[in-house]
Amino acid sequence: MKFSSILKATLISGALILCSTPALSEHVKSLRGNAALDADSTNIELKRVQEDRAPIQRDYVQQPPLIPHDIEGYTINLKFNKCMTCHSWANYREAGATKISQTHFADRTGDVHANVAARRYFCNQCHVPQVDAAPLVENEFKPLPSIKQ
Amino acid sequence: MLNSLKNLWGWLCRPSAKYTLGGLLTVGFISGIVFWGGFNTAMEATNDMDFCISCHEMEENVYREYQNTIHYSNRTGVRATCPDCHVPKDWQHKIVRKIQASNEVLHKILGTIDTPEKFNAKRMELAQNVWTAMKATDSRECRNCHDFKSMDYTKQGRRAVPQHIKAFDEGKTCIDCHKGIAHSLPDMSKVDATQAIGSQ
Repeated sequence: MKFSSILKATLISGALILCSTPALSEHVKSLRGNAALDADSTNIELKRVQEDRAPIQRDYVQQPPLIPHDIEGYTINLKFNKCMTCHSWANYREAGATKISQTHFADRTGDVHANVAARRYFCNQCHVPQVDAAPLVENEFKPLPSIKQ
Repeated sequence: MLNSLKNLWGWLCRPSAKYTLGGLLTVGFISGIVFWGGFNTAMEATNDMDFCISCHEMEENVYREYQNTIHYSNRTGVRATCPDCHVPKDWQHKIVRKIQASNEVLHKILGTIDTPEKFNAKRMELAQNVWTAMKATDSRECRNCHDFKSMDYTKQGRRAVPQHIKAFDEGKTCIDCHKGIAHSLPDMSKVDATQAIGSQ
């Protein structure tokens, strides 16, 4: 008997929460937009990754440099890191690539290793390619004169 | 037993008194076409992606890795399937590869790579077999489609152009740089020092 009353109370409070949500959902727009579930939503134009361009200038100090090329299919796992086939110290000259910063060889205790440290191994955690997309909002950010080339 | 063999030999060597030469030639010619066609059809049946992935060793490992690559899905819809890269096109080299493949049948029976763990333990050896073969044949199977004589450098990316020109001048072949384009690579830190993490 006691259990059923708890169940009842839970159901009622659940129903109350559900009833109060329509007010919330008015402000939330789903990724589908306002298209009805049984109607086709409009196609969103796919953004294309900039495939192969000149290196992109940095805008602020300590900005991870952006990737100026397509990285589709580039594997980074425990066995292989595609980026290092061009950006490692041994290969960058021949590949004409930017070499990996030596700061990436230090582990979290500050010990410098012979190769990229595990915490810096997954390049695209910080370095990302760019798509041909206009900024969504106006941006008045100006790079510091000291790093502006 | 010996007698019956002798009889058979005698029958094969004795000129026919019963059939005309024309009849024998016609029958021989037609059955030649049938047997040769049958042989080639059987060989082609084993030269098909569906045949390759009928073995779970291929389906669960290399086939699934290949599904994420450009040789499986791309903008023009041209797909390079298993035999396009792993079996030579011309008959002479194809038959050699097919005979070598009998070793793969043996290992299928032995269950050498019948779990993903076993497969991954042997991945380096298997990959190196392919790299060695590709290097020895100047990446012949790649060049069935990607002939550098047909490459238009002006259509390539700005990073690819100098690399391709330099590599071909140095006599390099596709596999020298393009390893692991269709399947996961083995632990490359074992063969390439730049691939090590930390102080490995």
